[in-house]
Amino acid sequence: MWNGFFFFGGAYGIFLPMTQGHFILREREYEAFLAVLRKLLLDSYAKVAFLVDKNGTLMASAGATAEFDTTSLASLAAGNIAATGGLANLIGEKEFSILFHEGERDNMHLSVVADRLILVVIFDRRSSVGLVRLRVRRASEELARILVAVAEAATAGQGVIEDLTEADIESLFK
Amino acid sequence: MSFINYSSREINCKIVYYGPGLCGKTTNLQYIYKRMTPEARGKMISLATETERTLFFDFLPLSLGEVRGFKTRFHLYTVPGQVFYDASRRLILRGVDGVVFCADSQLTRVDANVESMENLQVNLRDQGYNPDKIPLVLQYNKRDLPNVASVAELHALLNHRNVPEFESSASTGIGVFETLKSVIKLILIDLKKGSR
Repeated sequence: MWNGFFFFGGAYGIFLPMTQGHFILREREYEAFLAVLRKLLLDSYAKVAFLVDKNGTLMASAGATAEFDTTSLASLAAGNIAATGGLANLIGEKEFSILFHEGERDNMHLSVVADRLILVVIFDRRSSVGLVRLRVRRASEELARILVAVAEAATAGQGVIEDLTEADIESLFK
Repeated sequence: MSFINYSSREINCKIVYYGPGLCGKTTNLQYIYKRMTPEARGKMISLATETERTLFFDFLPLSLGEVRGFKTRFHLYTVPGQVFYDASRRLILRGVDGVVFCADSQLTRVDANVESMENLQVNLRDQGYNPDKIPLVLQYNKRDLPNVASVAELHALLNHRNVPEFESSASTGIGVFETLKSVIKLILIDLKKGSR
């Protein structure tokens, strides 16, 4: 495993409070995330691309997702980024924003997008780490722009949660 | 921080089981895994040492059905309880929506419980939470063992917020689902209020 450099500056960095309210993803931004992931797959000859919230929730995925346990992948990717982030802090770095894991058959490239999301790309010998890095850099800029729109949409309200009743909650346990 | 996806119509929430080493956090998740139908649960992941002590976290995803046309998914995590894994515990608390504090009822573990509860409050603050407001449920585990502290004693030591509390024996399943159900309710009510 090697850890790379910051490839993505703060130009599109936004602050979504990690502990307040909800992270709301609407149809339009979700489709926009998907479009970026699909283009990334095509451009990088990768097998699969995932977009994961830093808390470990899968937000969007594209490619051969049926081959993988996406929920577990999302959780472990977030754990991986969090752990290496902890290591980075210990040596005075903000974080290691790129991680690369090399396997016998498949490789995994993880990168932090706008301090908030994790972009995971799995690829085999049909691609290369250099190509994936290049394409990920471009995709990250797009994803960060969409994330700004997500933040704006979130402030617009219209949540489903606010309309929940006690009976709705109780119905989960029947 | 819950994640609501309007496109796939899903609500995702994160629950963390906290408590001192060997109090039964992993056992709670193992019992839940065992008792849930395969459709309702995902794969359980344990990042543990060779002696099966939790090293980083255990993870169990659950799907509990729908509310208002939205699938509800709950991601259950445990933290490593041993004192020296504090950095890992802080990381796992990131983005948490609700906490189950699992206490070991044995008299010999009273101090460890108190220390772990204090540690929880410090780490919640560290992650930007108000420890007095986050959805919290207490579970007094290992009630089946001899030489346990009374519930009144544990309550006085640990339950300053007077949150829901349950007696349990996680290895046999007593109290496990009651605890889970209670924290899920608190999380959904809290999300509804948008109080955080």
